[in-house]
Amino acid sequence: MSTFYFIAFLSIFFSILVISAKNPVHSILYLILTFFTFTVHYILMNAQFLAIVNFIVYMGAILVLFLYTLMLINLNKESEPVKPFMVKLAAVVGAGILLVALVSSLKIANHASDPLVLKNPNLGLVKNLGKVLFKEFLLPFEVSSVLLLSAMVGAVLLATKDKKEPKATI
Amino acid sequence: MESLSNKKKVLEVKPLNFWERAYLPAIAKGLSITMGHFFKKPVTIQYPEQKREFSENFRGQHSLKRDENGAERCTACGLCALSCPAEAITMTAAERQKDEEHLYREEKYAAVYEINMLRCIFCGLCEEACPKEAIYLDGDVVASDYLRKDFIYGKDKLVEAPLNQ
Amino acid sequence: MEIADILIKFGLIIVIFLISLVVAMYSTYAERKVAAFFQDRVGPNRAGPWGILQPLADGGKMFLKEEIIPTNATPFLFIVGPSLAILTACIGSAVIPWGQNIVIAGKTIPLQVTDINVGILYIFGVVSLGVYGVMIGGWASNNKYSLLGAIRAASQNISYEISMGLSIIALLLVTHTLSLGEIAQQQHGWHWNVIYQPVGFILFLICAFAETNRTPFDLPECETELVGGYHTEYSSMKLGFYLFAEYINMFISSAVMVTLYWGSYNYPGMDYMNGLLGPTWGPLLGFAVMFFKVLLFIFFFMWVRWTIPRFRYDQLMDLGWKVLIPLAIANIVITACVITFL
Repeated sequence: MSTFYFIAFLSIFFSILVISAKNPVHSILYLILTFFTFTVHYILMNAQFLAIVNFIVYMGAILVLFLYTLMLINLNKESEPVKPFMVKLAAVVGAGILLVALVSSLKIANHASDPLVLKNPNLGLVKNLGKVLFKEFLLPFEVSSVLLLSAMVGAVLLATKDKKEPKATI
Repeated sequence: MESLSNKKKVLEVKPLNFWERAYLPAIAKGLSITMGHFFKKPVTIQYPEQKREFSENFRGQHSLKRDENGAERCTACGLCALSCPAEAITMTAAERQKDEEHLYREEKYAAVYEINMLRCIFCGLCEEACPKEAIYLDGDVVASDYLRKDFIYGKDKLVEAPLNQ
Repeated sequence: MEIADILIKFGLIIVIFLISLVVAMYSTYAERKVAAFFQDRVGPNRAGPWGILQPLADGGKMFLKEEIIPTNATPFLFIVGPSLAILTACIGSAVIPWGQNIVIAGKTIPLQVTDINVGILYIFGVVSLGVYGVMIGGWASNNKYSLLGAIRAASQNISYEISMGLSIIALLLVTHTLSLGEIAQQQHGWHWNVIYQPVGFILFLICAFAETNRTPFDLPECETELVGGYHTEYSSMKLGFYLFAEYINMFISSAVMVTLYWGSYNYPGMDYMNGLLGPTWGPLLGFAVMFFKVLLFIFFFMWVRWTIPRFRYDQLMDLGWKVLIPLAIANIVITACVITFL
């Protein structure tokens, strides 16, 4: 349990650093560390497959792309957009509402069930996870793949050049 | 345009066939060529231990010659210095004393004879200008050094070793 | 777990770590020697007999050189870059099975540090992490050539990781397991996976070349265009770490290729030899066989380096996205069909 608290402390510490770091590249690097602590969390929960997928997909691919993009953007002080006061106020109000919603939903969830108790502690192993995904949750799994496909099609559509004149806008 | 020499060859650029586009056969061919070189004898000459033969007319470091009795041939006439296009040669003449006949062949000799090896272009004109056949560029490659002053070679480095030693 | 077991594990880790460092060290020597042989030269032969002390001389030079951190660099990240590169290069060896269980003085010792059941994915994750060392170092140098090199490395690694993953999926359809230890056991005798997955192996090989930034894919450090690439600003042992990481990566990816496709420690007639040599020397012979295969792959890496010229960057991307990924997907489909219907 003490390992959990140590890792949890690290995740929160690094995630605070993510939003407080002045340099965007530094904050991405803190985000990488945060995701690494998440991987350790998954391992502590005996969810090896999820841990390694988190490791590969988030740390190895998505955050590399984040870092890649941020390195290319010119992040000088002069190019920083000046935000008007009303926008800042709106951001604070929005974030506050989000926090209230999160807290209340967690409260309800606590009453409804105890999320800490898993039915099968070995669910996170590759074999069990695969069986569950392809038997009990086959439909949501396939639907999510359609979602990814549509995202990819959309990206391709956005990236292709219009030849001469745009014939049809979808 | 009409070709003047009728030697023009028109090359046809054919589209690559499947195996050429697949690239792997070409890679295999390249790998076999390099592998062929792997077992060839190296052409390296291990320089300080082994030396490549110099050609007949190679011009290296100068040497001041002695005659058949071991006396220095140079008479400090200054023709070499005069002929030198790079002005690398200087000398100071001196008169031979009574008891020095075995050392110098003529009555006049070079007390100081210096060649600046950084200026010298190894053209061999000094060799051609010398009336006494006293200077030849028949030595080795001039050695490298750290300081400019060390490239001014005096008589200690230039004069041939005495005959019977 | 007893104290003795922990000590044995610890010893095994130290041994594997030392072996990979020594192999990487002598890879630098071998690279120069092999290059020389391919070009009809002699290669380094002054430091010790045949120049075998050359790596030590190089290392000594690297340690004694002046350490320069550019004024406008980010000092902490500038140091983190090469450290991360060498760290990610080293931790990959943890899941590779180096041999069968070996019996020494009545104690059975597995020649694998840990046989986690997602071994392949672990390797894959470590490989994908490897690019951070290059990216962080390149960005922290505050030099446009370093940054360009870092960006090239990042996009190259991400592109080739995809086809690498897809080629592994086809292999997993054959092996039915993600654990490297089991994959090694399945290839008993001559049942090497390369026989069942030749296309997958070629895809994996090409991707391994791209992931280790070796020629013909060494664009992140392409001298003609980028001065020195991501390590332009680096000097002394920090540069040494980057170069060293490349060789360790080469060693580890050779070991992975041998484990996945070329039968790991298995060789035809191994049962007979194991019976002949007993439980101590038999597995050691297996380890020697594995090591020999790994060295052959390292030689192949060098052979290709001195044969094939570098790709242009658009050719690299074309190859990755338009050739390798469709091929890998076709390979998966065909493998799946064959397994299902035959």
